[in-house]
Amino acid sequence: MGRFLIKRLLSAMLTLFAVSVLAFLMFFALPRDPVTGMCPKNCNPERLERVRQELGLRDPKIEQYAAYMKGIFVGRDLGSAQGGRCDAPCLGYSYVNSEAVTDTLARVLPVTLSIVIPAAILWLALGVGLGMLSALKRGTWVDRLAIGFSLTGASLQLYFTGAVLLIVFVYQLKLLPNPHYTSIFDDPLDWAKGLVLAWVALAFLFSAIYARLARAQMLETLSEDFVRTARAKGLAKRTVYGRHALRAAVTPLVTIAGLDVGAALGGTVITETTFGIQGLGRTAVYAVRGGDLPMIMATVLIAAVFVVLANVVVDLLYAAIDPRVRLG
Amino acid sequence: MRGAVGLTAADPYLQVRDLRVRFATEDGVVRAVNGVSFAVERGRTLGIVGESGSGKSVTSLAVLGLHDPKRATITGEILVGGRDIVGRPDEEVRRLRGRDMAMIFQDPLSALHPYYPVGRQIAEAYRVHHPRAGRAEARERTVQMLDRVGIPQPARRARQYPHEFSGGMRQRAMIAMALVNDPDLLIADEPTTALDVTVQAQILDLLEGLQKEFNSAIVLITHDLGVVSQVADDVLVMYGGRAVEHGSVEQVLRRPQHPYTWGLLASVPSLRGDAAADLVPIPGSPPSLIHLPSGCAFHPRCPYADERSRTEVPELRPVAEGHLVACHRPGVAA
Ligand SMILES: Nc1ncnc2c1ncn2[C@@H]1O[C@H](COP(=O)(O)OP(=O)(O)OP(=O)(O)O)[C@@H](O)[C@H]1O
Ligand code: SF4
Ligand SMILES: [Mg+2]
Repeated sequence: MGRFLIKRLLSAMLTLFAVSVLAFLMFFALPRDPVTGMCPKNCNPERLERVRQELGLRDPKIEQYAAYMKGIFVGRDLGSAQGGRCDAPCLGYSYVNSEAVTDTLARVLPVTLSIVIPAAILWLALGVGLGMLSALKRGTWVDRLAIGFSLTGASLQLYFTGAVLLIVFVYQLKLLPNPHYTSIFDDPLDWAKGLVLAWVALAFLFSAIYARLARAQMLETLSEDFVRTARAKGLAKRTVYGRHALRAAVTPLVTIAGLDVGAALGGTVITETTFGIQGLGRTAVYAVRGGDLPMIMATVLIAAVFVVLANVVVDLLYAAIDPRVRLG
Repeated sequence: MRGAVGLTAADPYLQVRDLRVRFATEDGVVRAVNGVSFAVERGRTLGIVGESGSGKSVTSLAVLGLHDPKRATITGEILVGGRDIVGRPDEEVRRLRGRDMAMIFQDPLSALHPYYPVGRQIAEAYRVHHPRAGRAEARERTVQMLDRVGIPQPARRARQYPHEFSGGMRQRAMIAMALVNDPDLLIADEPTTALDVTVQAQILDLLEGLQKEFNSAIVLITHDLGVVSQVADDVLVMYGGRAVEHGSVEQVLRRPQHPYTWGLLASVPSLRGDAAADLVPIPGSPPSLIHLPSGCAFHPRCPYADERSRTEVPELRPVAEGHLVACHRPGVAA
C-alpha cells in the first residue's frame, strides 16, 4: 500500500511534468501574440516591447519555464505590475484578469466541484439503478422504457436538454432562479437552487450511458457460474442479486466512473456555458482565447491533476472491491 | 425423514419421469432433454454419461429447479423426497435447494464468488436454511465441514478467498458448501473434469466416503467412464437428450447393448484392458437438438442402422432385469 502510493506519486509527478512542458510549448505554437490583446488602444511598438520584456516573454523559453516551476515550488517575484512577490505555490499572474492565478482558481474551482460532485452522485445512482432494474426486468416494458431513456439521454446534446430545463423551470414555471453559484457554506439552499439544473442536465446525459453499461454488465454477471451457485444454495432472489451479482457487475463501472468524474472535474465547459456559470471550464476557454499563458498553464495542470488523482482512486477502489487485485 | 410426503424408506429419493426440457431460442426450439426417466435411492450413486451436448447438465439443472422459467419449458415429473417440483413456484423449490438437494459444479474457481472469503460463502449456505443460527454457529459448522472434506487448517482457510486455494482445495470447499446442510441428494456435474488426475482420485474418494457418512443419493455427471466404473452403482447413458441405455454399472459397462455405449467404451482403453491401439472415437458429431434426426437419433452415426432406425424411435426396453436399452437391434455391436 505505502509502496503503491509512493510509486503512483512519482509517476504522477512525471505525468504532470510532461503535461506542463507540453502546455508550455503549445502556448508558444499558438499563432497569436498574447501581448497585443492585453494592450489598450494607443499601443505603440515600444510599449508592447516593454510589456513583453516585463512578462519575461523575451527570455529564452527554458528560462521562462524554469521561472514558472520555481514559482510553484518556492515562489517568485513577479514585478510591481504583476502584484509583486508571489508565494509558493505561485502559478503566476493572469495577463488578462489582473489578479494572481491562484486567486482566480480559488474562486472558480469550488464552482466546478459544486457542479460535478453532486451531478456524479446523481448520475451514478440513477444510471446504475436504472441499468440494474432493466437487466432484472429484461424484455419487459420496464426494460424497454429504460432503454428508451438511455437512448434519448445519450443522443441529446447537453446544451439542448439544458435549454429545455431552463425554459421550463426558470422562464415558464419560475420554480427556480437563474442558474448561479453561491458557496454552499454561505447558503446551502441557494447553492442547490442555483446548480440543480446543471446537475440534472449532466446526470441525464451520463446516467443514460451508465444505465446501458450497467445493464450489460449485470446481464453478463447473471450468467456467471457463481450466480448459479448462489441460487443453488437456495438464497433468495434479492440476496442473489444484491449480494452476489451487483457487486461483481459494478466493478468494471468503477474505472469508467472514475475517469469520467476526473475528466469532468477538469472543467465542464458546455455545462458552464449553457447555464452561464463561471467554473474551471469557461475559465480555461477564456484563457486560451486571451492568450493568457499563466492561466492556461494552471487550468491544464489542474485538469491533469484531477485525471491523475482519479486514476489512483480507481486503483484503490478496485483493490478494495476485488480481493484478487494486489496493489504494487 | 425430513418433510417427505408419502415416501416410504424403500422409495428412491429422486425420481425423474419423462423429463422434457426445451428452450425457445432465436434459431428455433432447442430440445435439450426428450423424455428421460431415472431414479436414485439414498446411499446409491447414479452416473450419467454422454457426449457434450447430450443434455446432462440441463437435466441436473432441471432437478435443482435452476432453469429460467421464462426461457425453458419443462414437462414431466421430478420427485424430490416424494414432492413433484416441476412447475412449482420458485420460492417453494428454493427452500429445497441447498437443504434437501445440493449441487457441485465443474469449475470451482468460477463457481465460487471471487469477492467473498470461502468460509463466508459456506456459512451463507448454512444460515439461509438455518435462520435461527447465529454467526458463531455458522462459522463453527463451516470450519467443521472444511475439516471434514480434508482441508488443513480449516479455521485459517475459511478466511481466505477462492483464488488463494488450489484447484483441488477449491473443489473440496465446494463439496463442503454443498454438504453443509446435510442434503439427501447431491448432484455433481463433472466435479473432477477440471482437476489433474491425482486430485481427481482424491475428490472421488472423498465423495465416496462422504456418501457413506451422510447416506445421500448422488447423481454424478461425467464424460469419464473410468470415473463411473469407480464410484457409480447405476449408469444412465444419454444421447441427444434421450436415455439410450440404463442399468447397473456391471450391466452397462461389462455387457453394453447399445451401439453408442459400445462406441463410448471403445474410446476408453483402460476399461477394456488393452492398449490405446484400438482407441476408436465415435465418428461423426453430436446431433442437432433443433432438428433432431428422425427415428433413432444416433442413426446417422451408427454402423448398424437399418431402415427401421431411420423412421421409428426405439423405445427404452429391458434386455435383462433392470437393464434398459433403446435400440432396435440391441446387442448387435457385441
Ligand atoms: N439456456 C439454454 N438455452 C438454449 N439452449 C441451451 C440452454 N442450456 C443448454 N442448452 C443446449 O442444450 C444442449 C444440452 O446442453 P447440456 O449443457 O445439458 O449438455 P451436457 O450434456 O451437459 O454437455 P457437456 O458435457 O458439454 O457439459 C446443448 O446443445 C446446449 O446448447
Ligand atoms: S436403433 Fe438402429 S441406429 Fe439406433 S442405435 Fe440401434 S442400430 Fe443404431
Ligand atoms: Mg454439462
